[in-house]
Amino acid sequence: MKPNRFQYISAQSIPEALSLLNTHQSDVKIIAGGQSLMPMLNFRVVNPQYLIDIGRILELDHISQKDGLIEIGAITPYVKIENSALIQQHLPIVPEVIRHIAHLTIRNRGTIGGSLSHADPASEMPMLMRLLDAHFEIRSESTSYQISAHDFFLGPLHTVLQNQELLTKILIKVPSSNMGWAFQEFARRSGDYALAAVGITLEIKQQSGRKMIDQLKIAMMGVGDTPLRLSSIEALMNGQEFSADLLDQVKDKIFTELDPRGDLQSSAEFKKHLASNIFTRVMSEAWDKANSYQIGSTRS
Amino acid sequence: MSESEIQDQTLWCIVNGQTVERKVESRLLLSDFIRHELNLTGTHVGCEHGVCGSCTVLVEGKSMRSCLMLAIQAQGLEIHTVESLGKVKHLHPLQESFREHHGLQCGFCTPGFLMTAIDMAQSGKSYTREELKEGLSGNLCRCTGYQGIINAVAHYFEQIGILQTEEKGDSL
Repeated sequence: MKPNRFQYISAQSIPEALSLLNTHQSDVKIIAGGQSLMPMLNFRVVNPQYLIDIGRILELDHISQKDGLIEIGAITPYVKIENSALIQQHLPIVPEVIRHIAHLTIRNRGTIGGSLSHADPASEMPMLMRLLDAHFEIRSESTSYQISAHDFFLGPLHTVLQNQELLTKILIKVPSSNMGWAFQEFARRSGDYALAAVGITLEIKQQSGRKMIDQLKIAMMGVGDTPLRLSSIEALMNGQEFSADLLDQVKDKIFTELDPRGDLQSSAEFKKHLASNIFTRVMSEAWDKANSYQIGSTRS
Repeated sequence: MSESEIQDQTLWCIVNGQTVERKVESRLLLSDFIRHELNLTGTHVGCEHGVCGSCTVLVEGKSMRSCLMLAIQAQGLEIHTVESLGKVKHLHPLQESFREHHGLQCGFCTPGFLMTAIDMAQSGKSYTREELKEGLSGNLCRCTGYQGIINAVAHYFEQIGILQTEEKGDSL
């Protein structure tokens, strides 16, 4: 398995990459870490005439904080995000999720922007970005705009990105330090693509001595063509007290409402079962975590 | 663009401490560059699509799959292959540990496991046995059933003081 022939160009700056994209349009593939693209090139599923390497553009490899936003450059490798003190402090769910992505050697080279642009429905990053209401900066030679993660993913391996456009930056709002969070997934073996995964963030609102679910966000993957946000469930649970009854009721509702496609590894029924069960565990864990922050212990 | 217009490119990089320079096709995989151009056949090619981990090498000190990287992407970078560890008569302590603990049978996967373990050892972290298993989980072995490999790496990590023992591990 060797790739077909292509012309390789290592772009040295964002303007150079954008200019190359604009000139060659549909004959081009962008490569950074290549941990999803290289297998596709090796299998000759993808046969570009030009391969533009953006992996050496330093401007795209950074993690910083500005005006209440965490900015992550598109070619920042997973391992760097996982080990970033800034991310660990403000977005502890991110390193937790990254540890579920493939294996050490893949995380050493794979990049966040690569995963998002690739938009594999079984990949953790797109789901995490929907959970965190992230925004992406997209640039081309003629435009630069931001788009929310909710509008970015259109289908399996399909995003709004046009041929001449490049994802350059990921922006995530710094959440409240009281935010409870949890993430779990089910995969046959460690590092395999997950059959289903659930991520939740929430806060607790005190109202006349009672603790209510607040700011709840629920994201799932593996049970749709794109990562899902369960906004109707969020609306249903927000403002309610957390209880085993509520959890059971919502679990059944999720089971009924999900409409995944079955595949060789698992039937649609099995995926629904997995997702709704993982949901109950993740919801309980996120609630417990939010409670522990409330008691006044500071987040480590 | 016709195929004849695609030019070979000049690649230079540092492999096991030696600077090398070759004209390469841009589609040449780093694994094939290492094996066919440099004759360093210690790096093994198993699946060629990033599943088995046999072709793992260190790029700038970090373990990476050389079948999921183009040779030309290594431009100016430092690569270490399994040949940088020990020699047959002077094994690296990690290799010695693999021998002691029956960490291999056919040996095909061994270079990948060694280079992954070296990356973990050099990362500055320490590991519980569970974390050690997780770190090695990206490498496949079809002979040993893994226990010998895990024991070998655990023994080496213990030797260099990065194995956390406070956690109650399994007896294997």
